Amino acid sequence: MHTNKKYSSDKAEDERASHVNRRLFLSSAGLTTALGTILIVTGCTKEDHQIPGMGDAVDLGSGDIGVLNYAYALEQLEAAFYAKVIDSPFSGMTDMEKTILTDIRDHEIVHREFFKAALADKAIKGLTPNFDGIDFGSRTAVLGAAKLFEDTGVAAYNGAGKLIKDPNYLLLAGKIVSVEARHAAVIRDLINPKSADFAGDDIIDLNGMDKAVAPADILAAVKGYVKDTITGANVGK
Amino acid sequence: MDIFKIIDQFQQIDGDATGRLEYASRRYFMNKVGSKLASAAIPTAFAAIVNKAFAQSAAAVDVLNYALTLEYLEDEFYKGGLAAANLIPASDKSIFMQIGKHESQHVAFLVKALGAKAIAKPMFDFTYKGAFADVFSNYKTFVTVSSALEDTGVRAYKGQAGVLIADPQILEYALQVHSVEARHAAVARRLAATLLGAPAMKGWITGKEGAVPAIYAGEDNMTQGGVNIKGLASKTDAAVTEAFDEPLTKDAVLAIAGPFIKG
Repeated sequence: MHTNKKYSSDKAEDERASHVNRRLFLSSAGLTTALGTILIVTGCTKEDHQIPGMGDAVDLGSGDIGVLNYAYALEQLEAAFYAKVIDSPFSGMTDMEKTILTDIRDHEIVHREFFKAALADKAIKGLTPNFDGIDFGSRTAVLGAAKLFEDTGVAAYNGAGKLIKDPNYLLLAGKIVSVEARHAAVIRDLINPKSADFAGDDIIDLNGMDKAVAPADILAAVKGYVKDTITGANVGK
Repeated sequence: MDIFKIIDQFQQIDGDATGRLEYASRRYFMNKVGSKLASAAIPTAFAAIVNKAFAQSAAAVDVLNYALTLEYLEDEFYKGGLAAANLIPASDKSIFMQIGKHESQHVAFLVKALGAKAIAKPMFDFTYKGAFADVFSNYKTFVTVSSALEDTGVRAYKGQAGVLIADPQILEYALQVHSVEARHAAVARRLAATLLGAPAMKGWITGKEGAVPAIYAGEDNMTQGGVNIKGLASKTDAAVTEAFDEPLTKDAVLAIAGPFIKG
């Protein structure tokens, strides 16, 4: 099937194209865009600190830039996870599952590249994920991890919303979080089809609300999935 | 501890203060008290909540009543669907019971948060002036309307986020409901795709694809943060538009919802 070829070559294509597109994106951003201007004006003074002796420490920065870098960090992890899921599919992955997981991978890559371009020289470096604990050959393990990442992403964006000062950034976060919630629901429905789990009582409270979790707690929760040490003490401050 | 004195003082200024304190800020309060603060710090925490509750602006009240209108609509819609004989097949009941439960919870939360300021429940016409005449007898129509209502709800909440930026706790509640509506939308869309024989319709919105075109206007937007991101990371237009959900203004949402509301 031609799609198999597409999947196997996708990674290299991504890298080439993202290089080209990033340059295009940045040149247009520098000229005319609102976002580019905002970033220059409000771009905070905090640079990524490389703490001596801790080459892998990554500081997300402060204020809105910190929030955007926080989102960028989470999107990096998600994109890397789904790229690996599609590069080495679990045994018995159905066509429907492959379509869904490929769609999600592409959305996460778009999110990652969007933040990277928007942050420009304020962006944190590319993170090194650590998925050693995930058995990519197992459907249960992969969908379980996907569920965790999506639910965590939703809770992270929900918790970061009130930290954002610029309404344009708040809207952008809103545009992305509902897509993450759609992912979460579909993954949960793959795990337990036609059940109440897509918005299950394990994650939605008695007011019918999703979780909203502060950056410090999210960073602690994803710590095991990234080799770098991420510090987000000033995110949104 | 003088918590009760504080409540009394506010009660004299605003008869609804207790209700607003209790409901609008309850979760914030409980989280703080339950997790982080020693009991000695409770009066301070409580004072902070009092300030927060009173920071609920007139704009926030408008947004909450707007949300309540939509939640009343959704709640009544699922109550009607779940009560209709032979409409929802047994295989799909769990899904709609869960969605219906959340909509009832959203209504209850908003009514309590708004207290005396909550609007009354309007009368609804779920046939949409006849366009969905068989909404409670034809499962295809029911699921189509469900997916449309949920996607509209997502767009509606998203459109109000900026208005709530000065009311951080209300903003957070709105976001927490917003993502639940998105979860609902995803499963309703997938059910609709199967029933309508539209495999291109997914849990996420491709371009402006959807069962009711008016509701999806603008979802094909590719300008994000002021930048056209067509072709970003060499991804297709489909993937780029799916990756971002778009807001709707209050006017646009009310125009869509209008035919459902008899007044």
